[in-house]
Amino acid sequence: MPDLVWVHAEVVDGRISRATLELASKASELGRAEAVLLGPAPAEAVALLSAHGVSKVYRSTDPVYRDCLTLPAVETIVALLADHQPALMLFASSYAGRDVAAALSARLDCGALTDVGDLVLRDGVLEATIPALGGSYQNTSTLKGTGTKIVLVRPKSFEPRPNQQHVIVEDVVPPAGDGVRAVRVTERVTATREGPQLEDARVIVSGGRGLKGPDNFAMLQQLAELLGGAVGATRAAVDASWVPYAFQIGQTGKTVKPDLYVACGISGAIQHLAGMKGSKTIVAINTDAEAPIFQIADLGVVGDAFKVVPQLIEELRKRKQR
Amino acid sequence: MNVVVCAKVVPASTVTNRIDPDTRRLVRKDVTQELDPQAAKAVEEGLRLIDKHGGAITVVVMGGDDATIGIRSALAMGAAAAVHISDPALAGSDALGTAKTLAAAIRRESFDLVLCATESSDSYTGLVPGQLAQLLGLPPLTFATALSVDGRTVIIRRQSEGGYDVVTATLPALVTVTTGINEPRYPTLKGIMGARKKEIRKLTAADLGLGPSDVGGRAAREQVLTIGRPPARPPGKIVKDEGDGGTRIAEFLAAAKLA
Repeated sequence: MPDLVWVHAEVVDGRISRATLELASKASELGRAEAVLLGPAPAEAVALLSAHGVSKVYRSTDPVYRDCLTLPAVETIVALLADHQPALMLFASSYAGRDVAAALSARLDCGALTDVGDLVLRDGVLEATIPALGGSYQNTSTLKGTGTKIVLVRPKSFEPRPNQQHVIVEDVVPPAGDGVRAVRVTERVTATREGPQLEDARVIVSGGRGLKGPDNFAMLQQLAELLGGAVGATRAAVDASWVPYAFQIGQTGKTVKPDLYVACGISGAIQHLAGMKGSKTIVAINTDAEAPIFQIADLGVVGDAFKVVPQLIEELRKRKQR
Repeated sequence: MNVVVCAKVVPASTVTNRIDPDTRRLVRKDVTQELDPQAAKAVEEGLRLIDKHGGAITVVVMGGDDATIGIRSALAMGAAAAVHISDPALAGSDALGTAKTLAAAIRRESFDLVLCATESSDSYTGLVPGQLAQLLGLPPLTFATALSVDGRTVIIRRQSEGGYDVVTATLPALVTVTTGINEPRYPTLKGIMGARKKEIRKLTAADLGLGPSDVGGRAAREQVLTIGRPPARPPGKIVKDEGDGGTRIAEFLAAAKLA
């Protein structure tokens, strides 16, 4: 019997998230993949899951899972886990994923592994690879105990792979009572951004504290457009409100793996490196020759981004005209 | 309103953290400690709430004896009192063991709101607040970029993938704050002097009724099997800008067929 591996399926911005499909693909590699899909979802959701290796979906379309955070999902998943006892349940390191997994790990007194970059099941024993201290270390960890193992996986750790399965849908009944409705969403505000999404961009031009202010991100936008990419930022730049949170790359922001990452005025704090060190090629511009970003750069220019970037933009324009 | 802030004291941001290959834990001994900058945001947010609504803040910290320096920082910022849970029996606790310890200490306090950072700056698991809310039976309001209280209702702006959600619950509740929520105040001289007179209540695991099956390395579900270094990237080329930095990047990109 293959191990039963569950995936917490998530709808983000009206779509099944890419991270969900990454987890489904991995789950079907590890064993028999099944998904739990709670709340309103697009019509193609189940088909998309089954196209990525999922053979059974436990689902409810009840809006309580969308309108009330964490608690309804926890209640339902606790009941489902008791009935079916999968070996593993995989969650994306997303807002909802983190909240539900943390609550479950306490409720079931089982703990959880977070920030997992890879995992295997060896004779039913979980071994997870986890970057520590922003990726300067890498450990393998496991969870003791007999029940389902709760695992939070870093986005972009796996590729979504087509693996068509015949799928069964089992309806689940949402929990009753006001207790599970304690955390209510009263409004959703979505900021629009133009150009490619950070997660999908082939090229990312990113700015940090060294850019000194919000206006200078226009320069990065020009460079990103020339390279067909998107603009990202460090937590310092986002915390200073120079750019919206949707730009943030790092431990607490997005994880990206573009072909080219151009870091402008970024020192390379561990928190930032954790989100981008998987980039194929890294170019860094920073005034401080000792900045940690240079340790992972394929090309590093010790210099002022306000001089180097405009020259690079001009040079790329010239080359385009040739 | 009474606010409990869970804070962690971590190796200072100037320290290059190391992991002890034998214990497979972060080296904390003889390392300069500070109040976690992320926890300082939770303290600041608590102070802003009590400035507006009245009340007091109690800081709850689990950590070794050298955590005192960070606890004093929180008191100097304006917290009224602190609970310091310190016990060799707690060493090696995983996130759940930590959450159980904090929960046991917080149950002894009277509070309306528990504030936590979203995650700590050293271990970054981000599990403890969610576990704590579950153990205390509090509604969890997470990833707050703004926080307000209106009567018995707590309202946050919660970061979302594409923007933010407005999320509410009735007190008592637990809120986790993101790093962008505020800029913590610097303690004043008066605050620093005053902090010396404030009470730090010391507790052990036994005081909280916790034993080796609840906390410490033996109770930990999370077990580190091996610790190593990830494969290193091949070293790159670092050049000084001699007025041709942009051109050199353009040449590099062209050669790598990236532009």
